[in-house]
Amino acid sequence: MQNIKTEPGKLEATALKVREHIIRMSTDGGCFVGASLSAADLIVYLYSEFLNINKNNLDDPNRDYLFLSKGHDVPALYGTFAELGLLERDRLKNHLSVDDHIYWHPNTHIPGIEFHSGSLGHLPSVALGVAIDIKIKGGTNKVICIMGDGELNEGTCWEAVLVASAYKLDNLIFVIDRNQFQANMATEDLIPLEPLHDKFTAFGAAVKRINGHSFEALHEAFSAYPFETGKLNVVIADTVRGKGLPSIERRADRWFCNFNSTEVEDLLKELHGEHITQLTSETLVVR
Amino acid sequence: MSYEELLTQTALSDERFIVMTAENRALVRNIPAKLGNRFIDTGITEQTMIGAAAGLALRGRIPVVHALASFLSMRAFEFVRTDAGIPNLPVKLSSFIPGFLSDGNGPTHQAIEDISLMRGIPNMTVFAPADEQDLVEMLPQIWNCPNPSYVRINTRPTSYQHSTFEWGKAEVISEGEDVTILTYGLLFEQALVAVEMLKNEGLSVGLINMRSLKPVDEQAIIRATQSSGLTVTLEDHFLTGGLYSIVAEVLLKNQLTAKVLPLALNEKWFKPSLLPNVLEYEGFTGKQIAEKILGYKTRSIQPKISVPQFSE
Repeated sequence: MQNIKTEPGKLEATALKVREHIIRMSTDGGCFVGASLSAADLIVYLYSEFLNINKNNLDDPNRDYLFLSKGHDVPALYGTFAELGLLERDRLKNHLSVDDHIYWHPNTHIPGIEFHSGSLGHLPSVALGVAIDIKIKGGTNKVICIMGDGELNEGTCWEAVLVASAYKLDNLIFVIDRNQFQANMATEDLIPLEPLHDKFTAFGAAVKRINGHSFEALHEAFSAYPFETGKLNVVIADTVRGKGLPSIERRADRWFCNFNSTEVEDLLKELHGEHITQLTSETLVVR
Repeated sequence: MSYEELLTQTALSDERFIVMTAENRALVRNIPAKLGNRFIDTGITEQTMIGAAAGLALRGRIPVVHALASFLSMRAFEFVRTDAGIPNLPVKLSSFIPGFLSDGNGPTHQAIEDISLMRGIPNMTVFAPADEQDLVEMLPQIWNCPNPSYVRINTRPTSYQHSTFEWGKAEVISEGEDVTILTYGLLFEQALVAVEMLKNEGLSVGLINMRSLKPVDEQAIIRATQSSGLTVTLEDHFLTGGLYSIVAEVLLKNQLTAKVLPLALNEKWFKPSLLPNVLEYEGFTGKQIAEKILGYKTRSIQPKISVPQFSE
């Protein structure tokens, strides 16, 4: 295994900046803060270390592909794009503006977004099609699809696993942001998913389950790509919904958040470990 | 040339083409051996097939996908709309046994709202050829257009020699002052029968094979409705959303009106049986069509209707 190529401390610093962007997007209409914070480390790692994607190769058929199927975590992606130079930082201020395209779900008006999402269970199959084409052409590009754990309620996720296994797509990686929550409650209180590792294994995938907030663990897992010749790769990344903000971590009622400006300032301090925020804004905002 | 021959020839001569199916192989039996890894069978997963087709189209491919009409247009509807429609990708839907062609299968397999659903998707194009020759005439342009396309596959033979397909144009078979029948797909063969019977009764009869339902030939609709005493819309589709609705939309858009007799399935599924029996039971044989237009019975003889060669 090669060492992490990013200089020590840089991934952590980037992830912290991305979390700041996410918090700043959680006001004036709000966003899906919890799901974005759980996926932030994962997305930062993939774009910084693993994927051959940069602002100069976005149209290159030999680039890697990342599909964000869970969609709600797009603020983490936009924040990462801003930090890695794919998107001007100033554009993040346009969140929900009719003059830009930065809204609650990914869309291809933003350079680097390969496909729109929002309707769950779609992008596993789109990623599957891309991976098949790469196989046909004999390419070596990697294809990642990030799914939410709640998203796994959708049957089409499992169809895609079946078909990917049948077509031996070891160039395809399904990453599950296993933050234990779906919209309104814990996944295990609604439609239990465990034992998740066993389910994917039984469907023919090569599976790794890791701490999705540890860059070392992420690096160890993705360095082992392809996990097994001829098998779909699955990474179950155990994460915490709301990671970085103890006042909303693992809270079922903090799915979509529209904070007021005082809360945002306090949450930014909380992110840096200064104190715990007294949240006053409405909970359980339904989107 | 057959559908399968045309598809094989097209795919072999153009690397962009990928032939896909959700385990509906009736139309593509011989293609796997010829196309190798450019033939992809995703199993009984219509939704996943469409998503994967969108992914392939993202990479510059032209996927021609096969599934039964009801599952392609309805089970996979949101995937078609979201993954092919929104990004306007050239995913080509070959819809097997649409309309009355599902004959004995029953209502689960009756795609008689497919035209309505598919034409409601922005960027989508919608076609319904009259027979296999018409199908093969139309497909090269359909497959080469940059949009997603939905084609009601109809591989039945008729005796009619079709003209060259022009994009967005209907095929005017004849013009008539008394009645003009507008139709598409399978019922074209019964319309030909009806037209002969009506002519024998002394009427001046027009017949238009719509071919393309989106884009639709508005001028053909306007000409027919304004030059005929009666316009008949004939379709194996629900009354809602199909050709009758299209005619209404075109007339209203142009501030016109007309006397229109719709022959369609009004708020009902059809009785499952072999195709000839279905047509007879539901009143869609050429003779029954002619008699509905005339308003009286005739002594004309309905030619035998062949049973489809496919069943699924």
